[in-house]
Amino acid sequence: MAGYIFRRLLQALPVLVGTTFLIYFMVFAMPGDPLLALFGDKTPNPAVLERLREQYHLDQPFIVQYFLYLGGIFRGDFGTSFSGEPVTEILARTFPVTIRLALMALFIEFVLGVLIGLISGLRKGKLFDASALVISLILISLPIFVIAFVAQFIFGIQLGWARTTVSAGAPIQDLILPAFVLASITFAQIVRLTRSSVIETQSLDFVRTAYGKGLSRRRIIPVHILRNSLIPVVTYAATDFGVLLVGATVTEGIFNVPGVGRTLYQAIIRGEGPTVVSFVTVMVLIYLVVNLVVDLLYGLLDPRIRYVK
Amino acid sequence: MSNNPPTPTPKHFVAPLEETPLVAIDAVNVGERKSNLWIDAWRDMRRRPMFWISAAIILLVVVVALFPNLFSQIDPRECVLSNSNGAPTGAHLLGFNKQGCDVFSRIIHGTSTSLSVGIIVVILTTVLGILFGAFAGFYGGWLDSILSRAGDIFFSIPYILAAVVIMSVFSAYRNVFVIALAIGIFAWPSTARVLRAEILRVKNADFVMASRALGVSNFKILLRHVLPNSIAPVIVVTTISLGAAIVAEATLSFLGVGLPNTTMSWGNDISAAQTDLRTAPQTLIYPSIALSVTVLAFIMMGEVVRDALDPKARAQR
Repeated sequence: MAGYIFRRLLQALPVLVGTTFLIYFMVFAMPGDPLLALFGDKTPNPAVLERLREQYHLDQPFIVQYFLYLGGIFRGDFGTSFSGEPVTEILARTFPVTIRLALMALFIEFVLGVLIGLISGLRKGKLFDASALVISLILISLPIFVIAFVAQFIFGIQLGWARTTVSAGAPIQDLILPAFVLASITFAQIVRLTRSSVIETQSLDFVRTAYGKGLSRRRIIPVHILRNSLIPVVTYAATDFGVLLVGATVTEGIFNVPGVGRTLYQAIIRGEGPTVVSFVTVMVLIYLVVNLVVDLLYGLLDPRIRYVK
Repeated sequence: MSNNPPTPTPKHFVAPLEETPLVAIDAVNVGERKSNLWIDAWRDMRRRPMFWISAAIILLVVVVALFPNLFSQIDPRECVLSNSNGAPTGAHLLGFNKQGCDVFSRIIHGTSTSLSVGIIVVILTTVLGILFGAFAGFYGGWLDSILSRAGDIFFSIPYILAAVVIMSVFSAYRNVFVIALAIGIFAWPSTARVLRAEILRVKNADFVMASRALGVSNFKILLRHVLPNSIAPVIVVTTISLGAAIVAEATLSFLGVGLPNTTMSWGNDISAAQTDLRTAPQTLIYPSIALSVTVLAFIMMGEVVRDALDPKARAQR
């Protein structure tokens, strides 16, 4: 196990360096003044430019700039936002809210997705299955902002069941609607994956053996079929965390949830390039860490993975 | 030589034909229809309503994108502010947006933007995906390690976030090509991964071994035998990612880092309408419907093709 963890960490290192380098390269290796480009058609205050030039070490050659920047990231220094607040402080304030929203969304999509996928798989070809498939396809094709607006319009404005924007402090009851919206993007994929996985598991020998032993369906379905069908579903949830991050940016922006996503959203809307770069870097790092942790958990859960080179 | 005995006529060990008539053991039905992966897939697809529905929608979208004037004679840029957020009238089926432009006409004229972004992205991801995936999978070894790690790095940045950064840097050059480039340059690893996995499976097949034994060069084997036989999953991914690329463009436009407001696109219209959700929901709902139906058509098409090409998926229906 120690060897597996070591190997996996070693593999993560080039990806970490590569991703940060790519982002940095895209921004700072372009011809012209990268800072002016980042501000678009606005002309920033010379003092702001000076501070940013210092922050990104723009007086140094490109590769030195990058390593100074990378060193800063390892020390937890992501620079300062446009308003002068350190990015780490903004993160400390907004991250708990995003985590709360993300956990609620994950809970919703897993419970509903797995349940509906399981029923679909068990009743392959029946009406429930067919309608679940159609609904999941429609959900996959709807962009997250359309889902968010439609939910806001129906549940917030027409029915008045939920607040259209989240109040300060982001209490749980206000987050229910945004969490459902956020969950909807990956929910459909989870339904489909669970369904096909259940269908496949159902035809395996050990399930037949379980039936042959005379076990009841009430025991076979949760213990033999469901448990063994969940592996691809969990893998998917990890790789699709990136979709969830983008979704969180849009959802938090639309519902005004004071999280990391809204900070990025507002920076994008206002054209505050340097803040956008900092927050995208933070999100990519979060994504990498989540994938690493999931991979390590896998090694723990499934011994076969540990020994595959 | 002359005193050699004449060679004896060989004895018949097989009974004469008229005694035991030959029975064909392996009857070959010459009249049977030809069959291969693609013919089978086509036979399967054409029986499914989902295929015809999505094909019809895709065809309609393409025709609308090519000849928008066939569908709406109203100039989408002719806007009268007194019509701002106006309700539908006889000639203006879906009403007016905030600027007083005809919503229907803007949807029709915005089609080509969304579709061309989608197509350019897909060309880019397919070319890059095939290059990386084919070489990594076929040649293996250190080349595979390098190409796959490069793919991992691009894969680790969610492509919309990457596109947000690129579009922030290139804020002065926002057009269809730049936005397609920004999306495509980070979206190719999924195509490459799918192709690589398929090539790993195909490259040990007997027909590859046979061509190698015949002395066909490696590159020619890859081009003539391995690639055509592993392209099926790439087609599926490509169809689905065309839909995803259209969504990505709309999302970027929605965030304000997509196409400039002067370009007509569904994403821009949805973005502009968000503040009027309460008062004029039609300005937001109709472009959203156009966007979603188009994306749905491409995703459904991808699903149908996947089902048709993959016998395992066929069994799950």
